[in-house]
Amino acid sequence: MQISNVAVVREEHNISMSVVIEINDLTKVYGDNLEALKGINLEIRRGEIFALLGPNGAGKTTLIGIICGIVNPSSGSARVNGFDVQKDYLKSRAVIGYVPQELTTETFESVMDTVKYSRGLFGKKPDAAHIEKVLRALSLWDRKDSSIMSLSGGMKRRVLIAKALSHEPEILFLDEPTAGVDVELRKEMWGVVRNLRDNGVTIFLTTHYIEEAEQMADRVGVIDQGQLVLVEDKDSLMRKLGSKQLTLDLHKSLKSIPKTVARKGLTLTNNGTQLVYSYDTKAERTGITALLNALSKAKIKFRDLSTSQSSLEDIFISLVEKKK
Amino acid sequence: MNLRAVKAIYMFEMMRTWRTLAQSIVAPVISTILYFIVFGAAIGSRITEVEGVSYGTFIVPGLIMLSVLNQSVSNASFGIYFPRFIGTIYEVLTAPISFYEITLGYVGAAATKSIILGLIILATAGLFVPLEIAHPWWMALFLVLTAFSFSLFGFIIGIWADNWEKLQIVPMLLITPLAFLGGSFYSVSMLPPAWQTVTMFNPIVYLISGFRWSFFEISDVPVELSLTMVGLFMLLCLVAVWWIFKTGYRLRD
Repeated sequence: MQISNVAVVREEHNISMSVVIEINDLTKVYGDNLEALKGINLEIRRGEIFALLGPNGAGKTTLIGIICGIVNPSSGSARVNGFDVQKDYLKSRAVIGYVPQELTTETFESVMDTVKYSRGLFGKKPDAAHIEKVLRALSLWDRKDSSIMSLSGGMKRRVLIAKALSHEPEILFLDEPTAGVDVELRKEMWGVVRNLRDNGVTIFLTTHYIEEAEQMADRVGVIDQGQLVLVEDKDSLMRKLGSKQLTLDLHKSLKSIPKTVARKGLTLTNNGTQLVYSYDTKAERTGITALLNALSKAKIKFRDLSTSQSSLEDIFISLVEKKK
Repeated sequence: MNLRAVKAIYMFEMMRTWRTLAQSIVAPVISTILYFIVFGAAIGSRITEVEGVSYGTFIVPGLIMLSVLNQSVSNASFGIYFPRFIGTIYEVLTAPISFYEITLGYVGAAATKSIILGLIILATAGLFVPLEIAHPWWMALFLVLTAFSFSLFGFIIGIWADNWEKLQIVPMLLITPLAFLGGSFYSVSMLPPAWQTVTMFNPIVYLISGFRWSFFEISDVPVELSLTMVGLFMLLCLVAVWWIFKTGYRLRD
Protein backbone atom coordinates (compact mmCIF):
# COMPACT_ATOMS: atom_id res chain seq x y z
CA MET A 1 0.00 0.00 0.00
CA GLN A 2 2.73 2.35 1.01
CA ILE A 3 4.75 1.52 -2.09
CA SER A 4 1.84 2.19 -4.42
CA ASN A 5 1.20 5.56 -2.73
CA VAL A 6 4.82 6.49 -3.19
CA ALA A 7 4.61 5.48 -6.84
CA VAL A 8 1.60 7.73 -7.33
CA VAL A 9 3.43 10.66 -5.74
CA ARG A 10 6.42 10.08 -8.00
CA GLU A 11 4.23 9.88 -11.07
CA GLU A 12 2.49 13.12 -10.21
CA HIS A 13 5.86 14.78 -9.81
CA ASN A 14 7.07 13.44 -13.10
CA ILE A 15 4.01 14.85 -14.81
CA SER A 16 4.36 18.32 -13.32
CA MET A 17 8.11 18.77 -13.25
CA SER A 18 8.05 22.56 -13.08
CA VAL A 19 11.23 24.53 -12.70
CA VAL A 20 12.07 25.13 -9.06
CA ILE A 21 15.52 26.72 -9.42
CA GLU A 22 16.55 29.02 -12.25
CA ILE A 23 20.12 30.17 -12.60
CA ASN A 24 20.98 32.78 -15.19
CA ASP A 25 24.46 33.93 -16.26
CA LEU A 26 25.76 33.41 -12.74
CA THR A 27 29.37 34.37 -12.14
CA LYS A 28 31.58 34.47 -9.10
CA VAL A 29 35.01 36.01 -8.95
CA TYR A 30 37.02 35.58 -5.74
CA GLY A 31 39.56 38.30 -5.10
CA ASP A 32 40.76 39.97 -8.26
CA ASN A 33 40.88 37.22 -10.77
CA LEU A 34 39.88 33.80 -9.48
CA GLU A 35 36.82 33.00 -11.57
CA ALA A 36 35.00 30.26 -9.68
CA LEU A 37 31.86 30.41 -11.85
CA LYS A 38 31.78 31.59 -15.45
CA GLY A 39 28.25 32.38 -16.56
CA ILE A 40 26.28 29.39 -15.29
CA ASN A 41 22.79 28.80 -16.72
CA LEU A 42 20.83 25.98 -15.18
CA GLU A 43 17.29 24.94 -14.36
CA ILE A 44 16.37 22.38 -11.70
CA ARG A 45 13.02 20.64 -11.97
CA ARG A 46 10.71 20.13 -9.05
CA GLY A 47 10.95 16.67 -7.55
CA GLU A 48 14.08 15.51 -9.33
CA ILE A 49 17.46 14.40 -8.05
CA PHE A 50 20.06 16.49 -9.80
CA ALA A 51 23.69 15.49 -9.39
CA LEU A 52 26.39 18.01 -10.13
CA LEU A 53 29.65 16.29 -10.90
CA GLY A 54 33.02 17.88 -11.13
CA PRO A 55 36.60 17.62 -9.96
CA ASN A 56 37.78 19.45 -6.84
CA GLY A 57 37.72 23.22 -7.29
CA ALA A 58 35.32 23.04 -10.25
CA GLY A 59 32.83 25.45 -8.64
CA LYS A 60 30.25 23.02 -7.22
CA THR A 61 30.26 24.36 -3.66
CA THR A 62 30.33 27.97 -4.83
CA LEU A 63 27.23 27.39 -6.95
CA ILE A 64 25.34 25.82 -4.05
CA GLY A 65 26.65 28.52 -1.72
CA ILE A 66 25.15 31.27 -3.87
CA ILE A 67 21.75 29.62 -4.05
CA CYS A 68 21.68 28.98 -0.30
CA GLY A 69 22.93 32.43 0.71
CA ILE A 70 26.45 31.73 1.93
CA VAL A 71 28.24 33.23 -1.07
CA ASN A 72 27.49 36.55 -2.78
CA PRO A 73 27.40 36.26 -6.59
CA SER A 74 29.49 38.64 -8.70
CA SER A 75 26.81 38.90 -11.40
CA GLY A 76 23.81 37.06 -12.77
CA SER A 77 20.84 35.77 -10.83
CA ALA A 78 19.46 32.71 -9.11
CA ARG A 79 15.80 32.21 -8.29
CA VAL A 80 14.22 29.61 -6.04
CA ASN A 81 10.48 29.03 -6.46
CA GLY A 82 10.53 32.25 -8.49
CA PHE A 83 12.15 34.29 -5.69
CA ASP A 84 15.50 35.95 -6.23
CA VAL A 85 18.03 34.57 -3.74
CA GLN A 86 19.29 38.05 -2.92
CA LYS A 87 16.27 40.34 -3.17
CA ASP A 88 13.69 37.88 -1.79
CA TYR A 89 16.07 35.84 0.32
CA LEU A 90 13.59 35.27 3.14
CA LYS A 91 11.20 33.52 0.77
CA SER A 92 13.82 31.66 -1.24
CA ARG A 93 15.63 30.31 1.83
CA ALA A 94 12.41 29.24 3.57
CA VAL A 95 12.13 26.16 1.33
CA ILE A 96 15.81 25.19 1.28
CA GLY A 97 17.63 22.68 3.42
CA TYR A 98 21.41 22.69 3.17
CA VAL A 99 23.89 20.02 4.20
CA PRO A 100 27.44 21.33 3.99
CA GLN A 101 30.44 19.36 2.86
CA GLU A 102 32.44 19.92 6.05
CA LEU A 103 31.37 18.33 9.33
CA THR A 104 30.42 21.65 10.84
CA THR A 105 28.41 20.68 13.88
CA GLU A 106 28.01 22.15 17.32
CA THR A 107 30.18 20.49 19.93
CA PHE A 108 28.66 20.40 23.39
CA GLU A 109 24.95 20.44 22.53
CA SER A 110 22.87 17.28 22.33
CA VAL A 111 21.61 15.88 19.04
CA MET A 112 18.01 16.70 20.00
CA ASP A 113 18.77 20.29 21.01
CA THR A 114 20.71 21.06 17.86
CA VAL A 115 18.03 19.59 15.59
CA LYS A 116 15.28 21.51 17.40
CA TYR A 117 17.39 24.65 17.04
CA SER A 118 17.57 24.16 13.28
CA ARG A 119 13.79 23.85 13.05
CA GLY A 120 13.38 27.00 15.11
CA LEU A 121 15.77 28.94 12.87
CA PHE A 122 13.42 28.33 9.96
CA GLY A 123 10.49 29.69 11.95
CA LYS A 124 8.70 26.37 12.21
CA LYS A 125 6.53 25.40 15.16
CA PRO A 126 8.05 22.76 17.44
CA ASP A 127 7.01 19.33 16.19
CA ALA A 128 8.27 16.49 18.36
CA ALA A 129 6.72 13.84 16.09
CA HIS A 130 8.51 15.14 13.01
CA ILE A 131 11.85 15.42 14.80
CA GLU A 132 11.45 11.86 16.06
CA LYS A 133 10.63 10.65 12.54
CA VAL A 134 13.74 12.32 11.12
CA LEU A 135 16.01 11.04 13.86
CA ARG A 136 14.66 7.52 13.53
CA ALA A 137 15.04 7.58 9.73
CA LEU A 138 18.69 8.51 10.18
CA SER A 139 19.28 5.99 12.98
CA LEU A 140 19.95 8.78 15.46
CA TRP A 141 17.04 8.31 17.82
CA ASP A 142 19.06 6.22 20.26
CA ARG A 143 21.68 8.97 20.42
CA LYS A 144 19.27 11.89 20.70
CA ASP A 145 20.58 12.91 24.14
CA SER A 146 24.26 12.40 23.33
CA SER A 147 26.47 15.43 22.93
CA ILE A 148 27.58 15.84 19.35
CA MET A 149 31.26 15.66 20.18
CA SER A 150 30.76 12.08 21.34
CA LEU A 151 29.50 10.96 17.91
CA SER A 152 31.50 9.35 15.12
CA GLY A 153 32.12 11.17 11.83
CA GLY A 154 29.37 9.22 10.09
CA MET A 155 26.89 10.07 12.81
CA LYS A 156 27.83 13.73 12.66
CA ARG A 157 27.12 13.61 8.95
CA ARG A 158 23.67 12.21 9.75
CA VAL A 159 23.12 14.98 12.30
CA LEU A 160 23.80 17.53 9.57
CA ILE A 161 21.20 15.84 7.38
CA ALA A 162 18.75 15.67 10.30
CA LYS A 163 19.22 19.40 10.90
CA ALA A 164 18.48 20.14 7.26
CA LEU A 165 15.40 17.90 7.28
CA SER A 166 14.10 19.20 10.61
CA HIS A 167 12.42 22.15 8.92
CA GLU A 168 10.80 20.11 6.15
CA PRO A 169 12.51 21.66 3.12
CA GLU A 170 11.09 21.46 -0.39
CA ILE A 171 14.59 21.52 -1.84
CA LEU A 172 17.55 19.80 -0.24
CA PHE A 173 21.12 20.69 -1.12
CA LEU A 174 23.65 18.01 -0.31
CA ASP A 175 27.23 19.08 -0.80
CA GLU A 176 29.30 15.91 -1.07
CA PRO A 177 26.90 14.09 1.28
CA THR A 178 28.84 10.88 1.52
CA ALA A 179 32.40 12.20 1.50
CA GLY A 180 34.42 10.16 3.98
CA VAL A 181 31.49 7.91 4.77
CA ASP A 182 31.84 4.12 4.73
CA VAL A 183 30.12 2.07 2.04
CA GLU A 184 27.35 0.77 4.28
CA LEU A 185 26.39 4.20 5.55
CA ARG A 186 26.65 5.62 2.05
CA LYS A 187 24.10 3.15 0.77
CA GLU A 188 21.90 3.87 3.77
CA MET A 189 22.04 7.57 2.95
CA TRP A 190 21.17 6.92 -0.67
CA GLY A 191 18.06 5.18 0.64
CA VAL A 192 17.17 8.23 2.74
CA VAL A 193 17.67 10.55 -0.24
CA ARG A 194 15.57 8.37 -2.55
CA ASN A 195 12.83 8.28 0.06
CA LEU A 196 12.87 12.08 0.25
CA ARG A 197 12.62 12.33 -3.52
CA ASP A 198 9.72 9.88 -3.44
CA ASN A 199 8.00 12.26 -1.06
CA GLY A 200 8.39 15.15 -3.46
CA VAL A 201 11.59 16.79 -2.18
CA THR A 202 13.85 18.16 -4.90
CA ILE A 203 17.44 17.05 -4.34
CA PHE A 204 20.48 18.90 -5.60
CA LEU A 205 23.65 17.05 -4.77
CA THR A 206 27.25 17.56 -5.61
CA THR A 207 29.57 14.64 -5.64
CA HIS A 208 32.74 13.36 -7.07
CA TYR A 209 31.62 9.79 -6.51
CA ILE A 210 30.39 8.87 -9.97
CA GLU A 211 28.67 5.83 -8.53
CA GLU A 212 26.56 8.12 -6.36
CA ALA A 213 25.28 10.07 -9.35
CA GLU A 214 24.82 6.91 -11.37
CA GLN A 215 22.80 5.28 -8.61
CA MET A 216 20.62 8.18 -7.60
CA ALA A 217 20.38 11.02 -10.11
CA ASP A 218 17.58 11.71 -12.53
CA ARG A 219 19.71 14.31 -14.27
CA VAL A 220 23.40 14.93 -14.25
CA GLY A 221 25.38 18.13 -14.70
CA VAL A 222 29.11 18.23 -15.20
CA ILE A 223 30.99 21.34 -14.11
CA ASP A 224 34.65 21.97 -14.77
CA GLN A 225 36.69 25.11 -14.19
CA GLY A 226 33.55 27.11 -13.39
CA GLN A 227 31.67 26.15 -16.55
CA LEU A 228 28.82 23.73 -17.01
CA VAL A 229 30.11 21.28 -19.55
CA LEU A 230 26.90 19.30 -19.80
CA VAL A 231 23.41 18.88 -18.33
CA GLU A 232 21.48 15.82 -19.39
CA ASP A 233 19.05 13.16 -18.21
CA LYS A 234 21.27 10.50 -16.75
CA ASP A 235 19.78 7.63 -18.71
CA SER A 236 19.78 9.45 -22.04
CA LEU A 237 23.31 10.67 -21.34
CA MET A 238 24.48 7.16 -20.81
CA ARG A 239 22.64 6.03 -23.90
CA LYS A 240 23.91 8.88 -25.98
CA LEU A 241 27.49 8.95 -24.94
CA GLY A 242 28.00 5.47 -23.68
CA SER A 243 29.34 2.76 -25.90
CA LYS A 244 28.69 -0.89 -25.17
CA GLN A 245 31.09 -3.79 -25.18
CA LEU A 246 30.28 -7.29 -26.33
CA THR A 247 32.63 -9.83 -24.75
CA LEU A 248 32.94 -13.29 -26.24
CA ASP A 249 34.67 -16.04 -24.24
CA LEU A 250 36.32 -18.18 -26.90
CA HIS A 251 36.32 -21.94 -26.89
CA LYS A 252 39.96 -22.01 -28.06
CA SER A 253 42.45 -19.19 -27.71
CA LEU A 254 43.59 -17.28 -30.79
CA LYS A 255 47.03 -15.91 -31.62
CA SER A 256 45.53 -13.10 -33.67
CA ILE A 257 42.21 -12.02 -35.13
CA PRO A 258 41.69 -13.59 -38.58
CA LYS A 259 41.47 -11.06 -41.43
CA THR A 260 37.94 -12.17 -42.30
CA VAL A 261 36.79 -11.32 -38.76
CA ALA A 262 38.90 -8.22 -38.02
CA ARG A 263 37.00 -4.94 -37.90
CA LYS A 264 36.95 -1.60 -36.15
CA GLY A 265 36.28 -1.91 -32.43
CA LEU A 266 37.27 -5.56 -32.15
CA THR A 267 40.18 -6.52 -29.92
CA LEU A 268 41.65 -9.78 -28.72
CA THR A 269 42.30 -9.81 -24.97
CA ASN A 270 42.98 -12.06 -22.01
CA ASN A 271 45.77 -14.09 -23.68
CA GLY A 272 43.68 -14.61 -26.78
CA THR A 273 40.74 -16.16 -24.94
CA GLN A 274 38.36 -13.19 -25.27
CA LEU A 275 37.16 -11.05 -28.12
CA VAL A 276 35.85 -7.63 -27.07
CA TYR A 277 33.79 -5.69 -29.54
CA SER A 278 32.95 -2.03 -28.74
CA TYR A 279 29.92 -0.68 -30.54
CA ASP A 280 27.85 2.44 -30.51
CA THR A 281 24.36 1.87 -29.14
CA LYS A 282 23.11 4.92 -31.03
CA ALA A 283 24.38 3.78 -34.42
CA GLU A 284 21.87 2.54 -36.99
CA ARG A 285 23.74 -0.73 -37.20
CA THR A 286 25.73 -2.06 -34.30
CA GLY A 287 27.59 -4.62 -36.39
CA ILE A 288 26.90 -7.46 -33.95
CA THR A 289 25.09 -9.68 -36.46
CA ALA A 290 27.86 -9.23 -39.04
CA LEU A 291 30.48 -10.06 -36.43
CA LEU A 292 28.69 -13.22 -35.31
CA ASN A 293 28.25 -14.31 -38.94
CA ALA A 294 31.95 -13.73 -39.62
CA LEU A 295 32.91 -15.77 -36.55
CA SER A 296 30.65 -18.59 -37.67
CA LYS A 297 32.20 -18.61 -41.17
CA ALA A 298 35.69 -18.60 -39.68
CA LYS A 299 34.60 -21.52 -37.44
CA ILE A 300 35.51 -19.67 -34.27
CA LYS A 301 33.33 -20.97 -31.48
CA PHE A 302 32.59 -19.20 -28.20
CA ARG A 303 31.41 -20.56 -24.88
CA ASP A 304 29.73 -17.47 -23.48
CA LEU A 305 28.95 -13.88 -24.31
CA SER A 306 28.10 -10.79 -22.25
CA THR A 307 27.57 -7.09 -22.80
CA SER A 308 28.54 -4.15 -20.62
CA GLN A 309 27.97 -0.42 -20.86
CA SER A 310 30.30 2.52 -20.22
CA SER A 311 29.90 3.87 -16.70
CA LEU A 312 29.17 7.47 -15.91
CA GLU A 313 32.75 7.68 -14.75
CA ASP A 314 33.98 6.85 -18.27
CA ILE A 315 31.67 9.51 -19.66
CA PHE A 316 32.73 12.07 -17.08
CA ILE A 317 36.43 11.47 -17.68
CA SER A 318 35.98 11.68 -21.44
CA LEU A 319 34.09 14.98 -21.10
CA VAL A 320 36.63 16.59 -18.81
CA GLU A 321 39.54 15.28 -20.89
CA LYS A 322 37.92 16.55 -24.09
CA LYS A 323 37.59 20.02 -22.59
CA LYS A 324 41.26 20.08 -21.68
CA MET B 1 9.17 39.07 12.13
CA ASN B 2 10.49 35.51 12.45
CA LEU B 3 10.07 35.41 16.22
CA ARG B 4 10.63 31.66 16.39
CA ALA B 5 14.06 32.11 14.82
CA VAL B 6 14.92 34.91 17.25
CA LYS B 7 13.79 32.70 20.11
CA ALA B 8 15.78 29.75 18.75
CA ILE B 9 19.01 31.76 18.65
CA TYR B 10 18.29 33.39 22.01
CA MET B 11 17.52 30.11 23.78
CA PHE B 12 20.48 28.35 22.17
CA GLU B 13 22.82 31.09 23.41
CA MET B 14 21.26 31.12 26.87
CA MET B 15 21.68 27.35 27.04
CA ARG B 16 25.44 27.89 26.84
CA THR B 17 25.28 30.26 29.80
CA TRP B 18 23.63 27.66 32.00
CA ARG B 19 26.08 25.04 30.77
CA THR B 20 29.03 27.25 31.67
CA LEU B 21 27.58 28.81 34.78
CA ALA B 22 30.90 29.05 36.61
CA GLN B 23 32.56 30.88 33.75
CA SER B 24 29.56 33.07 32.90
CA ILE B 25 28.35 34.16 36.34
CA VAL B 26 30.49 32.93 39.22
CA ALA B 27 33.84 34.18 37.88
CA PRO B 28 32.73 37.79 37.31
CA VAL B 29 31.00 37.86 40.71
CA ILE B 30 34.19 36.71 42.45
CA SER B 31 36.19 39.34 40.55
CA THR B 32 33.78 42.01 41.75
CA ILE B 33 34.05 40.85 45.34
CA LEU B 34 37.83 41.13 45.02
CA TYR B 35 37.45 44.69 43.70
CA PHE B 36 35.31 45.42 46.75
CA ILE B 37 37.94 44.11 49.07
CA VAL B 38 40.80 45.95 47.36
CA PHE B 39 39.14 49.24 46.50
CA GLY B 40 36.33 49.35 49.04
CA ALA B 41 38.18 48.16 52.11
CA ALA B 42 41.80 49.17 51.39
CA ILE B 43 41.29 52.53 49.65
CA GLY B 44 37.94 53.19 51.29
CA SER B 45 39.64 53.32 54.67
CA ARG B 46 41.53 56.41 53.41
CA ILE B 47 38.75 58.04 51.38
CA THR B 48 35.77 58.10 53.65
CA GLU B 49 33.25 59.92 51.45
CA VAL B 50 32.83 61.16 47.88
CA GLU B 51 30.26 63.91 47.43
CA GLY B 52 28.48 62.84 50.60
CA VAL B 53 28.40 59.11 49.77
CA SER B 54 30.61 56.58 51.56
CA TYR B 55 33.38 55.38 49.24
CA GLY B 56 32.35 51.71 49.42
CA THR B 57 28.84 52.60 48.31
CA PHE B 58 30.08 55.15 45.75
CA ILE B 59 31.99 52.56 43.73
CA VAL B 60 29.04 50.12 43.43
CA PRO B 61 27.59 51.60 40.18
CA GLY B 62 31.08 51.76 38.67
CA LEU B 63 31.77 48.13 39.59
CA ILE B 64 28.47 47.01 38.09
CA MET B 65 29.20 48.97 34.91
CA LEU B 66 32.71 47.57 34.69
CA SER B 67 31.35 44.01 34.73
CA VAL B 68 28.40 44.76 32.48
CA LEU B 69 30.62 46.43 29.88
CA ASN B 70 33.18 43.65 29.85
CA GLN B 71 30.67 40.82 29.92
CA SER B 72 28.46 42.38 27.25
CA VAL B 73 31.39 42.67 24.88
CA SER B 74 32.84 39.25 25.62
CA ASN B 75 29.49 37.39 25.64
CA ALA B 76 28.33 38.86 22.35
CA SER B 77 31.69 38.63 20.60
CA PHE B 78 32.13 34.98 21.62
CA GLY B 79 28.50 34.19 20.76
CA ILE B 80 28.96 35.08 17.09
CA TYR B 81 32.67 34.31 16.75
CA PHE B 82 32.40 30.68 17.92
CA PRO B 83 29.91 29.57 15.22
CA ARG B 84 32.09 31.38 12.68
CA PHE B 85 35.16 29.59 14.02
CA ILE B 86 33.63 26.09 13.95
CA GLY B 87 31.66 26.76 10.77
CA THR B 88 28.12 26.34 12.12
CA ILE B 89 27.34 29.94 11.13
CA TYR B 90 26.31 28.52 7.75
CA GLU B 91 23.00 27.51 9.29
CA VAL B 92 22.12 31.03 10.39
CA LEU B 93 23.20 32.41 7.02
CA THR B 94 21.06 29.94 5.07
CA ALA B 95 17.97 30.36 7.27
CA PRO B 96 15.17 32.77 6.36
CA ILE B 97 16.18 35.35 8.95
CA SER B 98 16.83 39.04 8.47
CA PHE B 99 19.89 40.76 9.89
CA TYR B 100 17.98 42.44 12.69
CA GLU B 101 16.45 39.13 13.77
CA ILE B 102 19.90 37.50 13.88
CA THR B 103 21.24 40.49 15.80
CA LEU B 104 18.30 40.50 18.19
CA GLY B 105 18.82 36.80 18.97
CA TYR B 106 22.56 37.00 19.63
CA VAL B 107 22.69 40.47 21.18
CA GLY B 108 19.53 39.87 23.21
CA ALA B 109 21.05 36.77 24.77
CA ALA B 110 24.38 38.49 25.48
CA ALA B 111 22.64 41.52 26.99
CA THR B 112 20.38 39.30 29.12
CA LYS B 113 23.41 37.54 30.59
CA SER B 114 25.04 40.89 31.38
CA ILE B 115 21.89 42.27 32.97
CA ILE B 116 21.52 39.15 35.14
CA LEU B 117 25.16 39.49 36.11
CA GLY B 118 24.74 43.21 36.87
CA LEU B 119 21.80 42.45 39.15
CA ILE B 120 23.71 39.66 40.90
CA ILE B 121 26.61 42.05 41.52
CA LEU B 122 24.17 44.64 42.81
CA ALA B 123 22.71 42.10 45.23
CA THR B 124 26.22 40.99 46.25
CA ALA B 125 27.24 44.61 46.86
CA GLY B 126 24.23 44.95 49.14
CA LEU B 127 25.89 42.40 51.42
CA PHE B 128 28.98 44.61 51.82
CA VAL B 129 27.66 48.18 51.91
CA PRO B 130 24.34 49.93 52.59
CA LEU B 131 22.64 50.65 49.25
CA GLU B 132 19.71 52.77 48.20
CA ILE B 133 18.67 53.41 44.63
CA ALA B 134 17.19 56.87 44.19
CA HIS B 135 15.74 56.21 40.72
CA PRO B 136 15.33 52.46 40.19
CA TRP B 137 13.64 52.83 36.77
CA TRP B 138 16.45 55.04 35.50
CA MET B 139 18.92 52.55 36.91
CA ALA B 140 17.16 49.76 35.02
CA LEU B 141 17.07 51.86 31.83
CA PHE B 142 20.81 52.64 31.98
CA LEU B 143 21.60 49.01 32.75
CA VAL B 144 19.54 47.71 29.83
CA LEU B 145 20.79 50.35 27.37
CA THR B 146 24.40 49.79 28.33
CA ALA B 147 24.08 46.02 28.15
CA PHE B 148 22.45 46.17 24.71
CA SER B 149 24.74 48.81 23.21
CA PHE B 150 27.93 47.10 24.37
CA SER B 151 26.60 43.70 23.36
CA LEU B 152 26.08 45.20 19.91
CA PHE B 153 29.66 46.43 20.02
CA GLY B 154 30.82 42.94 21.05
CA PHE B 155 28.77 41.42 18.24
CA ILE B 156 30.66 43.63 15.77
CA ILE B 157 33.99 42.60 17.29
CA GLY B 158 32.97 38.93 17.02
CA ILE B 159 32.36 39.40 13.30
CA TRP B 160 35.45 41.49 12.73
CA ALA B 161 37.83 39.17 14.59
CA ASP B 162 39.41 36.46 12.48
CA ASN B 163 41.38 34.90 15.30
CA TRP B 164 41.14 34.43 19.07
CA GLU B 165 43.73 37.11 19.78
CA LYS B 166 41.71 39.80 18.05
CA LEU B 167 38.65 38.65 19.95
CA GLN B 168 40.43 39.34 23.24
CA ILE B 169 42.34 42.42 22.26
CA VAL B 170 39.49 44.96 22.20
CA PRO B 171 38.05 44.09 25.64
CA MET B 172 41.54 43.96 27.13
CA LEU B 173 43.10 46.99 25.51
CA LEU B 174 40.07 49.21 25.07
CA ILE B 175 37.10 48.42 27.29
CA THR B 176 38.89 47.67 30.58
CA PRO B 177 41.21 50.72 30.46
CA LEU B 178 38.39 53.04 29.41
CA ALA B 179 36.15 51.68 32.16
CA PHE B 180 38.89 52.13 34.77
CA LEU B 181 39.60 55.65 33.52
CA GLY B 182 35.90 56.42 33.14
CA GLY B 183 35.24 57.07 36.80
CA SER B 184 34.43 53.56 38.02
CA PHE B 185 36.28 54.16 41.26
CA TYR B 186 36.32 57.95 41.52
CA SER B 187 34.44 61.10 40.66
CA VAL B 188 35.79 63.01 37.66
CA SER B 189 35.77 66.11 39.86
CA MET B 190 38.57 64.49 41.92
CA LEU B 191 40.94 64.76 38.91
CA PRO B 192 43.13 67.78 38.07
CA PRO B 193 41.32 70.17 35.66
CA ALA B 194 43.40 69.14 32.60
CA TRP B 195 42.59 65.46 33.12
CA GLN B 196 38.94 66.30 33.64
CA THR B 197 38.88 67.69 30.08
CA VAL B 198 40.67 64.63 28.68
CA THR B 199 38.29 62.31 30.52
CA MET B 200 35.32 63.87 28.75
CA PHE B 201 36.50 62.19 25.51
CA ASN B 202 36.02 58.82 27.18
CA PRO B 203 32.49 57.63 26.26
CA ILE B 204 32.31 55.37 29.31
CA VAL B 205 32.37 58.40 31.61
CA TYR B 206 28.85 59.22 30.43
CA LEU B 207 27.56 55.72 31.11
CA ILE B 208 29.00 55.48 34.60
CA SER B 209 27.96 59.02 35.44
CA GLY B 210 24.35 58.44 34.38
CA PHE B 211 24.20 55.09 36.12
CA ARG B 212 25.64 56.56 39.33
CA TRP B 213 23.13 59.41 39.17
CA SER B 214 20.29 56.86 39.21
CA PHE B 215 21.69 55.58 42.54
CA PHE B 216 22.82 58.75 44.38
CA GLU B 217 21.59 61.72 42.28
CA ILE B 218 25.21 62.81 41.83
CA SER B 219 26.83 62.86 38.41
CA ASP B 220 29.86 64.16 36.53
CA VAL B 221 27.78 65.14 33.48
CA PRO B 222 24.06 65.91 33.10
CA VAL B 223 21.96 62.73 32.98
CA GLU B 224 20.36 63.80 29.66
CA LEU B 225 23.81 63.96 28.11
CA SER B 226 24.58 60.48 29.43
CA LEU B 227 21.42 59.13 27.89
CA THR B 228 22.14 60.85 24.56
CA MET B 229 25.64 59.40 24.45
CA VAL B 230 24.41 55.86 25.11
CA GLY B 231 21.76 56.32 22.43
CA LEU B 232 24.34 57.63 19.94
CA PHE B 233 26.69 54.75 20.63
CA MET B 234 23.89 52.26 20.12
CA LEU B 235 22.89 53.94 16.85
CA LEU B 236 26.47 53.80 15.58
CA CYS B 237 26.67 50.10 16.40
CA LEU B 238 23.33 49.41 14.70
CA VAL B 239 24.53 51.16 11.53
CA ALA B 240 27.72 49.10 11.60
CA VAL B 241 25.76 45.83 12.01
CA TRP B 242 23.38 46.83 9.20
CA TRP B 243 26.40 47.46 6.93
CA ILE B 244 27.99 44.13 7.91
CA PHE B 245 24.91 42.16 6.91
CA LYS B 246 24.30 44.24 3.79
CA THR B 247 27.80 43.61 2.48
CA GLY B 248 28.32 40.19 4.06
CA TYR B 249 31.59 41.48 5.59
CA ARG B 250 33.46 38.52 7.13
CA LEU B 251 30.27 36.43 6.92
CA ARG B 252 29.71 35.68 3.24
CA ASP B 253 32.36 35.03 0.60
